[in-house]
Amino acid sequence: MINPESHKIVEAVKRQLEDVMDPELPFLTIGEMGMLRDVYYEGDHTVIVLTPTYSGCPATDIISEDSLKAARVVDPKAEVAISMRPAWTTDWISKETRAKMEANGIAPPLGSSNDRAFLTGEGKIVPCPLCKSKNTKMISAFGSTACKASFTCLDCSEPFEHFKCI
Amino acid sequence: MLRLGDDTLVLAQRLGEWCGHAPILEEDIALTNISLDLLGRTQNYLKLAGKLHQPTKSDDDLAFHRDSEEFRNLLILEQPNGHFGDTICRQFLFDNFSLLLAGHLASQEVNTEIAAIAAKAIKEIRYHVDHSSKWMLRLGAGTSESHGKIQGSLDKLWQYTDEMFLIDEVTSAAIESGLFPDLSTLKSRWLDNVMSTLSEAGLSIPSNADMKYGGRNGNHTPHLSEMLEVMQVLPRTYPGTTW
Repeated sequence: MINPESHKIVEAVKRQLEDVMDPELPFLTIGEMGMLRDVYYEGDHTVIVLTPTYSGCPATDIISEDSLKAARVVDPKAEVAISMRPAWTTDWISKETRAKMEANGIAPPLGSSNDRAFLTGEGKIVPCPLCKSKNTKMISAFGSTACKASFTCLDCSEPFEHFKCI
Repeated sequence: MLRLGDDTLVLAQRLGEWCGHAPILEEDIALTNISLDLLGRTQNYLKLAGKLHQPTKSDDDLAFHRDSEEFRNLLILEQPNGHFGDTICRQFLFDNFSLLLAGHLASQEVNTEIAAIAAKAIKEIRYHVDHSSKWMLRLGAGTSESHGKIQGSLDKLWQYTDEMFLIDEVTSAAIESGLFPDLSTLKSRWLDNVMSTLSEAGLSIPSNADMKYGGRNGNHTPHLSEMLEVMQVLPRTYPGTTW
């Protein structure tokens, strides 16, 4: 049964959460990143369901705090629930969000995480987000944050980061 | 649960010691990134372990307020970092074990919380295995100096590998319930995977290693308490302190 009052609060919380950004990719919202899984009303408060990207991602705590701060403007009793299952995947990042990443200098995840060849970056061509050249090289599967690998463009010589498929 | 959490905690701390010290910047970043993944897994496992504890404990209580004999990690993971090859070799041996174990833990239905943590971990461990295996190949098939050093690491660390597959009271109960896989089958799969990389790298395992055990019962090498002294000093000196 949908209670019109709680439905209104949930909608207001959702609108508040549209302004919560990923602290490590500050041009993307947690919704665009696929981390915001659900918002619902239970008992007397809103529950915000978040799924962390990586087990040890230090941004998870900040995202929880930011979400609470935003949500509590409309529902002072709002709570965050962390959901581990199903595990977060880059498949939840939409095409539009991938385009935003590229516009901000980060090569977005390519293809689907089910494809093993895409997983480690081997045999895949990651185009340079700056000059669009396909002549690029992976420097390391690890980068400035848990979710990114380090690349360099062999044409424009710019180093860049690639959001890993996971 | 404590074993799973302690394994990743101790290795995460060891890898964190490389921060600012690795031979090249990319490796500094790689080793500490791997450390972060392990630390995330630690938090998840120790939170679960803490909930089962009577009275309940937080993940921080378990990490910072236990002494070395209360830790249940594998001996191999507490060994000092040594040179880069020693660290890579330890990582390679453990990553391959972790991947197989997580594969089972993610699919078992006895404990769904562990299954969720493991399902997340598999994706990360694949990157870790890829990283350490490629270094084993580079170092093993590199120069005579790198080959000699990494063979030395393998000779030194091999004696700690059988402990990963130790069947004792705890693991046999876990195997019985279906939470854990049959560790002898896991061992032969692990050996196959590890040997295929090692032979490609031109490395060989010592034939008559005297296997060491003890970590699972809290009988550790002195290296663990030395490591914990550094890791635990702040919360023990200033209990309850926050950033």
